[in-house]
Amino acid sequence: MDGIHDLGGMNGFGPVEVERGEPVFHEPWQARAFALNLLGIRVLKAYNVHEYRHAVERMDPAHYLAASYYERWFTGVATLLVEKGVVTRHELEARAGGGFPLSRPSASVQPGGLSQPEAARFAVGDAVVVRDIHPRGHTRVPRYVRGKRGVVVRVAPRFEFPDLAGHGLRAHREHAYHVEFPARDLWSDAAAGRETVIVDLWQSYLEAAS
Amino acid sequence: MSDRRHPIPPAPISERVRALEEALAAQRLVPAGFLEDTAAHTQEELRPENGARVVAKAWVDSAYRARLLADGTAAVAELGFRAPNSEFLVVLEDTPTLHNVIVCTQCSCTAWSVLGLPPDWYKSPEYRARVVREPRTLLAEMGLEVPEDVAVRVWDTSGETRYMVLPLRPAGTEGWSEERLAGIVTRESMIGVARLCDHPGRRNAE
Repeated sequence: MDGIHDLGGMNGFGPVEVERGEPVFHEPWQARAFALNLLGIRVLKAYNVHEYRHAVERMDPAHYLAASYYERWFTGVATLLVEKGVVTRHELEARAGGGFPLSRPSASVQPGGLSQPEAARFAVGDAVVVRDIHPRGHTRVPRYVRGKRGVVVRVAPRFEFPDLAGHGLRAHREHAYHVEFPARDLWSDAAAGRETVIVDLWQSYLEAAS
Repeated sequence: MSDRRHPIPPAPISERVRALEEALAAQRLVPAGFLEDTAAHTQEELRPENGARVVAKAWVDSAYRARLLADGTAAVAELGFRAPNSEFLVVLEDTPTLHNVIVCTQCSCTAWSVLGLPPDWYKSPEYRARVVREPRTLLAEMGLEVPEDVAVRVWDTSGETRYMVLPLRPAGTEGWSEERLAGIVTRESMIGVARLCDHPGRRNAE
């Protein structure tokens, strides 16, 4: 989905604030929220990590930007446990004594037109073009590389295709590729300096460059 | 169901977490001690000190360095570091003419086994939005001036690969023990937003 989570290259953000000696968790609830996700995935097996990522992406955009990292994390977990029928929103609101914001519903997915050959279609040094696709469901192809031409610098192993797994659907495994893009091909205002960006892209996101 | 239009003001986040825990516990879905043990294990086992040991070993042992760059997953497992979310680890080697920096623009995927859980700044919209677009400017703001003749490669963790930067060994650390070297490797240097300080005049201090 073309969501608020897909932040790469967005303008308007200010300085990065680094906290010296930062603790792993700032508040006790953060540690418990962290562990609740591992409970949902590994113990309850109620959902997978791709569905978790998608649940966070589906947060209301204003809530997403205002929330701390572990509030986003927790909202994804709570959303999935409600959607999977493990708990009800009514019970959560009653127990919390107030509103319980969850993510928006998922779009139905129609991942058509994706080819999934078992073998690696590309090799190191191949020029590729990222398909200019806009799936309404989960995807891991960032907006800033869609339609862009790059070069394969590494062939990664085969991994579950997230556009299907993110919806709890049976997902095949296919190779991913580390594709390098010159910054000046991504951003019209980039200096002509020697900067590149490497993005890890599944085979179905790519076409051979003509 | 938009949050902003939801009629009831949201309960504080700590109350929401407690509510979900209690709702699950009421159905006996939370094994005894699971939440506490998971949080404790995470903080004790998944630490940037692990990555620092990997870096130090690579600096002093050229055969290990070669194995680390060829197969990061297997090489860090030699030191006992494994995590389910970093099953394919790629180590990025800095050189005098190349600086690597990593980010996850779409969420905050990180090689937990060697970097630990990521710090807040790494997960911030500011870092995720800006480092792919203006890396030199952002790094300079964070205190790292990368000379113009040094290329910058920004690695976006958009798939299942997890990355770690192998920073340059600082000058003046010749003859240092692996343990002492590990003590100067920072998480920021393994993400690529900081360079390790040289140690002039402190040669062979051990």
